[in-house]
Amino acid sequence: MLADKDRIFTNLYGFQSPGLEAARKRGAWDNTKTLIDAGKDWVIGEMKASGLRGRGGAGFPTGLKWSFMPKPDPARPSYLVVNADESEPGTCKDREIMRNDPHLLIEGCLIASFAMGAHACYIYVRGEYIFERERLQAAVDEAYAANLIGKNNVHGWPFDLYVHHGAGAYICGEETALLESLEGKKGMPRLKPPFPANMGLYGCPTTVNNVESIAVAPTILRRGAAWFAGFGAKNNAGTKLFCISGHVNQPCNVEEAMSIPFRELIDKHCGGVRGGWDNLLAVIPGGSSVRCVPAAQIIDCPMDFDSLGKLRSGLGTAAVIVMDKSTDIIRAIARLSYFYKHESCGQCTPCREGTGWMWRVMERMVEGRAQKREIDMLLDVTTRVEGHTICALGDAAAWPIQGLIAHFRPEIEKRIDSYAANPHSDPIRMAAE
Amino acid sequence: MSVRRLAEKQPATFAFTPENEAWARLEIAKYPDGRQASAVIPLLWRAMAQHDYWLPKAAIEKVADMLGMPHIRALEIATFYSMFNLEPVGKYCVQLCGTTPCMLRGAQDIAAVCKERIGEQRHVSADGLFAWAEVECLGACCNAPMVQINDDYYEDLTPENFRTLLDDLAAGRPAKKGSQIQRISSEPEPGKGPTLLDPALYDGSLVGAFNQRVAESIAASKQAKN
Repeated sequence: MLADKDRIFTNLYGFQSPGLEAARKRGAWDNTKTLIDAGKDWVIGEMKASGLRGRGGAGFPTGLKWSFMPKPDPARPSYLVVNADESEPGTCKDREIMRNDPHLLIEGCLIASFAMGAHACYIYVRGEYIFERERLQAAVDEAYAANLIGKNNVHGWPFDLYVHHGAGAYICGEETALLESLEGKKGMPRLKPPFPANMGLYGCPTTVNNVESIAVAPTILRRGAAWFAGFGAKNNAGTKLFCISGHVNQPCNVEEAMSIPFRELIDKHCGGVRGGWDNLLAVIPGGSSVRCVPAAQIIDCPMDFDSLGKLRSGLGTAAVIVMDKSTDIIRAIARLSYFYKHESCGQCTPCREGTGWMWRVMERMVEGRAQKREIDMLLDVTTRVEGHTICALGDAAAWPIQGLIAHFRPEIEKRIDSYAANPHSDPIRMAAE
Repeated sequence: MSVRRLAEKQPATFAFTPENEAWARLEIAKYPDGRQASAVIPLLWRAMAQHDYWLPKAAIEKVADMLGMPHIRALEIATFYSMFNLEPVGKYCVQLCGTTPCMLRGAQDIAAVCKERIGEQRHVSADGLFAWAEVECLGACCNAPMVQINDDYYEDLTPENFRTLLDDLAAGRPAKKGSQIQRISSEPEPGKGPTLLDPALYDGSLVGAFNQRVAESIAASKQAKN
């Protein structure tokens, strides 16, 4: 288990005050000026050496992303945009950072903006997080009052930080949809290229980073790239917030070293699987968008990008959804299909039509009111949505169903058989009087 | 996607209160010149909060005028984003998270309580107090099942404590926000966890602990450059 002294988010649960004074005592805003005076090459070099991969789901190396920003141009100012539109089902980590450890995020915003030559940063918080937004705004106000950020701040890098919010659209977690929304439009993803680093917010160079990726940066710089890289398997460095929900005895958020085996994660922090390990059915290890993994494959699997990728699943946002044997797995996945149908922005035809089609077929599969050949047809349709849309929502809608069919086809067939064996399960219609 | 339309009965006019008007000016100033459309979501949101948690057409048009946007662009926003209620919702708007992580922890049982107490989804109860709807993931999965009522989250629900919560709200009694069991946030055990117990994290000993390491690292990188 990760030692307490190696934890970055020391107020994850809000046992202490989120305020500036308490945050400083926990080591936030410590020596920030030296970090900035060291220059952007040092900052980006350390971030690259730390092996930090983006915590928003895709796992793109953060230091490399920062280095893509072009040279500052007064006509086209650079922007940092922080993606706090945490909406991936199963994920609730950024919420704890914003309401309990907001100063780590604010300090991270300053350092990241400095490294990419940005003087302004917007944090886009999902609309539902009203309390979290107020807490974050209060912390931003404190930082301004203490002159830690602002036009003439003590760190010598003019920097303004604004908290913005959405209004309940999952798609705005996609970086270009988020930028559209921030510009005051419908959250519909843009075609890439041009990438945000060239044409982002207001047509200016922009980097979009997840809250956790930004909030860990100051601690990495203080403690050193080697310290951070010392956790986890090769190419999967660092500590990570895991959000464990579903059928465990104590669902919780916890910071752990990457590559921790699944069994250890659940036993140490969540009091085990409900009903014991023999009762485990399947796990969705990285938020709803990744394929589920059956019990036998996941139990001893290291929780990191590469190991889960090998199981045709993924670490995603490290939102671990645990399902025990009482779960109707077909219904659980059908509910996700409904989610994607509801959240499709409607821009691309394969996704707009496909998500609804897949959901309706999934609903019939839940009852068993289907033909067995339709299972293959469904699988075929998922592959026609996947990869044929502007953003990854189409893929995200396809993968859970593909995971279900790959691992639980006998279950679907059994359901169809049992429906077929009871031909009168439809209610008998009465003639109108 | 879902079909969303404006309410049939609409008030004739809408105006921000002077405080909200002043707040709106500050909000618009957050964005660069010529980019004031960026403030459309916050302004619509404030308009909705001022108008019993639903957005009339007059408010949408008012916000569009304030931001120099064509009315249709603001209408697009109001219908695209699902948090904008376009019809009256009662004094307490209950949004029940029904996505898989909450479903696994018994969101259906909470939905049953809603049906029994309030009635069908998206209808205001007879006493004008409540309306409810099943919504998609609200991002409090470690505290499932949960609901959002107006601005606040209520977490770790059971049918029993949820009934009590609705009773308290209906009677105007103060209700506990957040977790309805003894949890502070998303820690594994109420009030404590196996982690974050080391007093050295909180006694100030971390301040300055890494200054020397940082100095050495910067010096080394300068040397490597030369």
